[in-house]
Amino acid sequence: MNPPAADPLAAGLLERLPLLARDALTGALPEPWRWWANSLLAILAIIFVFSSLFALLTLTERKVLARVQNRPGPNRAGLPLTRFRLGGLGQPLADGIKMLTKEDIVPRGADPVLHFLAPVVLLALSLLTFAVIPYGRLLVPVELEAGVLYFFAAGAATELALFMAGWASRNKYSLLAAMRALAQLISYELPLLLAVVPVVLLAGSLSTTGIVAAQAGWDLGFVPRWFILTPWGLASFLIFLTAALAESNRSPFDLPEAESELIAGHLTEYSGFKYALFFMAEYLGMTALAGLGVTLFLGGWRAPLPFLDFVPSYAWFGLKLLALLFVFIWIRATFPRLRIDQLTRLAWKFLVPLALLNLGTAALWALTAGWSPALQPLRWLGAAALVAGPFVLLGRGLTAGLRPRTYRFA
Amino acid sequence: MLGTGLLQGLKVTARNLVGSFHDPARMVTTQYPEERTRLPENYRNFPFLVGEDPADPLGTLRCVACQICEKECPPQCIYIVMERDEKGKAQKRPHVFDIDLSVCMSCQICVEVCPFDAIKMDQEFEISTADRFTGLLRHKEDLARSNAYYHQLHPTEATAVDAALAEQKARQAAARAAKAPAPTPAATAPAPAATAPPPPAAPAP
Amino acid sequence: MTALAAIALLTLAAAAIALALRDLIHSALLLIASWVGIAAFYLWAGAEFVAFAQVLIYVGAISMVVLFAVLLTRPPTGPATREPSGRAVPGFLAGGAVLGLLAGAVLSSPLPAGTGAAPAFGVRELGLKLLGPHAGALLATAALLTVALLGAVVLAAARGKEDAS
Repeated sequence: MNPPAADPLAAGLLERLPLLARDALTGALPEPWRWWANSLLAILAIIFVFSSLFALLTLTERKVLARVQNRPGPNRAGLPLTRFRLGGLGQPLADGIKMLTKEDIVPRGADPVLHFLAPVVLLALSLLTFAVIPYGRLLVPVELEAGVLYFFAAGAATELALFMAGWASRNKYSLLAAMRALAQLISYELPLLLAVVPVVLLAGSLSTTGIVAAQAGWDLGFVPRWFILTPWGLASFLIFLTAALAESNRSPFDLPEAESELIAGHLTEYSGFKYALFFMAEYLGMTALAGLGVTLFLGGWRAPLPFLDFVPSYAWFGLKLLALLFVFIWIRATFPRLRIDQLTRLAWKFLVPLALLNLGTAALWALTAGWSPALQPLRWLGAAALVAGPFVLLGRGLTAGLRPRTYRFA
Repeated sequence: MLGTGLLQGLKVTARNLVGSFHDPARMVTTQYPEERTRLPENYRNFPFLVGEDPADPLGTLRCVACQICEKECPPQCIYIVMERDEKGKAQKRPHVFDIDLSVCMSCQICVEVCPFDAIKMDQEFEISTADRFTGLLRHKEDLARSNAYYHQLHPTEATAVDAALAEQKARQAAARAAKAPAPTPAATAPAPAATAPPPPAAPAP
Repeated sequence: MTALAAIALLTLAAAAIALALRDLIHSALLLIASWVGIAAFYLWAGAEFVAFAQVLIYVGAISMVVLFAVLLTRPPTGPATREPSGRAVPGFLAGGAVLGLLAGAVLSSPLPAGTGAAPAFGVRELGLKLLGPHAGALLATAALLTVALLGAVVLAAARGKEDAS
């Protein structure tokens, strides 16, 4: 193990590296200008980092999906104009060039202003959500007292952009898909928020930094006090994960763009760069939700073990974010798409009651926080039973009467 | 219980994901232009002309320009002009032998009807071209391949054909030797029987 | 002050154009824009929580109700039909009455004059106020909304039974 004396200095330096870099760039500016320059730099950094993450994510997704299906995936495009293929690392670049050079088609009957505004609004809103996520101990773009609420407020407005896209295309598939998307997003907004409420309750704060601060410390000296490691936290996380998948229109909840039913959904009449913007907004929204999930349940930028604290905090955040994104891709590779009635039934009959009961469990957990260590096992067992019992019972209700389908005429 | 099936599904996909990295049997993709799978022996698509000499297949074509294949070809994609010398005497050689691959339907009837085993099926499938009119029209220079090439593509069938041709040649030689003192028109009598169409591409035993 | 003027101008302009437009979807979207303007005003006034709640509830949810209502009650495409202008007079009367009621209530309530620094008022204080002195009002609102929701469910269920029979 490293000598402990060397650790704080190194950690401090690595930890402050982004801030030092920023100060080196903007330090020469006079004070009133400096704040603007720093904010602009933070915005540019977020846009740059998450745009490149988006590019790599599209490639990773295709690669992982291919591997799950025992294919190699895209492996042709490499360094442009050379013979180096780099295992397909140039694919995002090729995709980008293709998207940029395609014709931008606006249908004759479309509403040109809304047709143009929809992708722009969507992308702008998905970028806004990145403002409140704490990327590291010292890396919080905006400190807001109601940070979680801000996140969901910015996210909620994306529905509007989706509607604009569907309606402005003047295409029946687009419009149907937009209506479907709205029904789905509204249905899943509720469990998403209800899954977050227990965290706010236990952390006693609506600010994302406060929630990360509430997950500090270690149980038994090495088990982190992340919310996911409590019974109610685990339940909340799973509900959050499901609802986040639905909110970002990811498989198995990708009904708004179900190819077999609605062509490409609200994207049907979009091409070229506008389509790329939609695509980017979708992935950015997914990344932002994953980032929020990391912040709320997985301890944010905190190290998983005490002696790993010397690794800079933003690296831990990045690792957790990538892991969660991988889970998203893994889920997409596994599950088939739900039907619309199954989708709404899952939300209203399973997730919402479960989230409400979980809120009660979390309240109980908060009330019993003062129990003596001797009673702690009882507290854990009680909370676990309160989580598992409703899950089993509601799950039985959800799957009642369902059995493998028999095909009479096949 | 709800969720066990989901976990099972996740397990299956995870096993496939991890297995694809260490188990070569899982990754069956052939990286086509660099790697190629061996085509099955019975695969065929377009005809070619057989020549005896590997060094000069064009000069040693078996084809005698009898035009049977031209007449039998259902989509009429073959065009043959017999070679004639200055006096107009037929030379039993094709002067022009064109096959329009854009018309050919790979039926192999030309091969079946050829009495001289002069036309066989090729395995070349990369015939895409930017010019669909002249790019797909093959002349005899493009069509001529050696018998060795034929052996390489369809070894079983080629051996059978070679054996049949050798037998026929031997029988002709024997007949010629028997009838040598009195050459009569009967000398050619056994020939048509011997030049019966070769057995069609029978699957290799 | 310029920020406030810009926000007010944008909000009012969006609302006014929404009134004047014939296309209902455009009107609804402009109405939503004016709600965003109100949220911006809250933000300007330093009430973060209220501003975000305004966006979350009005822009996120109520706008959807409005849009769904528009889409489900009239064909989404086709020429906008002109409303008979006879409805304008009662419309303006009703709107004016609501405006007068609200203005009277605001003007007659004993608010402290806006001098001195605003008190630091965070989410925690808001929650304590809501669940302390104003708990009765909160409960009444919650009951009202629940009853409305249940009523909608009952109506939908009854309609479904009719369709099935």
